[in-house]
Amino acid sequence: MTSPAVRFDKVSRHFGPVKAVDEVDLAIAPGEFFAMLGPSGSGKTTCLRLIAGFEQPTGGAIEIFGEHVEGVPPYRRAVNTVFQDYALFPHMTVAENVAYGLRIKGVDKRSRRLRADEMLSLVKLSGYGDRKPAQLSGGQRQRVALARALVNEPKVLLLDEPLGALDLKLREQMQGELKSLQHRLGITFVFVTHDQTEALAMADRVAVFNEGRIVQVGSPEEIYERPRTRFVADFVGGANVIEPAAAARLGLPEGLWSLRPEKIALGGGDGEAIRLQGRAQEVQYQGAQRRVTVDLGADRLVMVVPAGVANFGEGEPVALSVPAAALNRMEG
Amino acid sequence: MTATTATSPPRTRTSLRGRVSDLLASRPKLLALVLVLPPLLWLGLVYIGSLLALLLQSFYSIDEFTGLVVPEFGLSSYRELLAPANMDIIVRTVTMAALVTLASGVLAFPIAYYAARYAKGRTKAAFYLLIMLPLWSSYLVRVYAWKLILAKEGVLTWAAEETGTLPLLDGILGLPVIGGPSLSVSYIGTFIVFVYLWIPYMILPIQAALERVPRSYLEASADLGARPAETFRTVVLPLAMPGVVAGSIFTFSLTLGDYIAPQIVGPSTYFLGQVVYVQQGTAGNIPLAAAFSVVPIAIMAVYLTVAKRMGAFDAL
Repeated sequence: MTSPAVRFDKVSRHFGPVKAVDEVDLAIAPGEFFAMLGPSGSGKTTCLRLIAGFEQPTGGAIEIFGEHVEGVPPYRRAVNTVFQDYALFPHMTVAENVAYGLRIKGVDKRSRRLRADEMLSLVKLSGYGDRKPAQLSGGQRQRVALARALVNEPKVLLLDEPLGALDLKLREQMQGELKSLQHRLGITFVFVTHDQTEALAMADRVAVFNEGRIVQVGSPEEIYERPRTRFVADFVGGANVIEPAAAARLGLPEGLWSLRPEKIALGGGDGEAIRLQGRAQEVQYQGAQRRVTVDLGADRLVMVVPAGVANFGEGEPVALSVPAAALNRMEG
Repeated sequence: MTATTATSPPRTRTSLRGRVSDLLASRPKLLALVLVLPPLLWLGLVYIGSLLALLLQSFYSIDEFTGLVVPEFGLSSYRELLAPANMDIIVRTVTMAALVTLASGVLAFPIAYYAARYAKGRTKAAFYLLIMLPLWSSYLVRVYAWKLILAKEGVLTWAAEETGTLPLLDGILGLPVIGGPSLSVSYIGTFIVFVYLWIPYMILPIQAALERVPRSYLEASADLGARPAETFRTVVLPLAMPGVVAGSIFTFSLTLGDYIAPQIVGPSTYFLGQVVYVQQGTAGNIPLAAAFSVVPIAIMAVYLTVAKRMGAFDAL
């Protein structure tokens, strides 16, 4: 069996009393598009910095393609990073930025300019080589940062919230481009984000971080459809979390459940569905759909109603049904 | 709602203060003019004016018999300036200024780097205090203190005796030109005092420039394969250069114009500032003094032009 691209074995990074990363186990397969998802301060960025070598673990072992890298400085690791603020050198032109890694390796001026131009055309920035980074837009800078990292042919490409500073439309476009670029190059991408839609849209596998630990790893479908804990259910897509006491009140089987808002149907549903009666408490218009909070007496459920279904005002009675298959049992 | 109640007439001010406020508030440019007018007058009349008067006087000459200034245009004082003895003074001063600048830069850089990259909170406050503290005491007192430190009977000689490094000190003093009977009457002494006096003006701009280099640049450089020394050479130094140049403007021009420190510490040869002082005072040769004063102005004009090309003023 080939060794994983990145492997964490009980890796910790403590800053004094703060456990930024706490005994994390992780295996990222070669060629995988791997997302680290979590709120700020959850340890995902520190994990990325541990792979890059900007941080050293206070405990555990890190391997990159089977090689132990504890104590190995960033400049001797076969990984490259796309920084959140891009970190383009302002005193160099775009081409000089892209060629920087090659210049350090001692590649001669002519061939590194050639390679830089190749890379710039790969990220659709041909002809921008002689500009300074300050003359580019945010999206263009992001592409330069990408080209600057990729020109070194890294074994693993690390991306630290690379789309965070872009506006929505550009972000969606770059998501597609990053995905197809990764497909074409076959390089392992490790991607840090706090945006769950981004992680679900791009990644082959997602690790959800909370308080310095990984709480769940799986495909986007697994993470979304079968969250294992309250945190994952709530953080990824905002599912309803039904506590055991509430489950008893609502006539659900015993246990802790998560339930996606879009799985709840209006009306009676089929034979095995659980039927509930309540009142619309809050209706939020979201364009393609409406997000309705239904008051069921002691409990509340959030559901989404697609556009086109008759609107109801706040306080109106709502009849809804929950298909038994929509319920996901979680660990306590 | 009816139209008559919708718009109420603007409140009219009657008091003078109120009307002045309204006028200034509605015309920001007028306010700016009011703010800069006094300093502008000061700089324009007193500073630029006296500078022009100085320039003018440098073209006058002196009657060698009566010792009176002849207010006729000519280049006689500039001819005198080019005499070998006077050229020696200019070369000596410029060399000293250049060496002091170089040494200040080399010494200041690590200090500024530490302050910008590593010092935080209280350490940083202590750093600022230590850099600024000498500037709070009189310049004269500090120069005289150095004379005592460097004198033959001073603490430095004593320390050399105690540590058995006296031969080293004697060796240094035995060097041609820059040596002398004791440090306090040698060029080395003058050099040490100048570096001490002006180094804060070198540290602060370099530190300001280094603070503007985000950590991610250094990480990006390391990430792309550069060892720390390479990162320093290709990223840190170019980005700190404007600060270095800004600092060197201070150290260079301050050394160029100083006429007190070399008089107290150093051999009895003249520096530029001293000549100006002597020529306009004892000798009463105002035109020659003025011509001498034009030299550092000209040197600094060239220096500033070059520095501006290098973007030195972005860091100020």
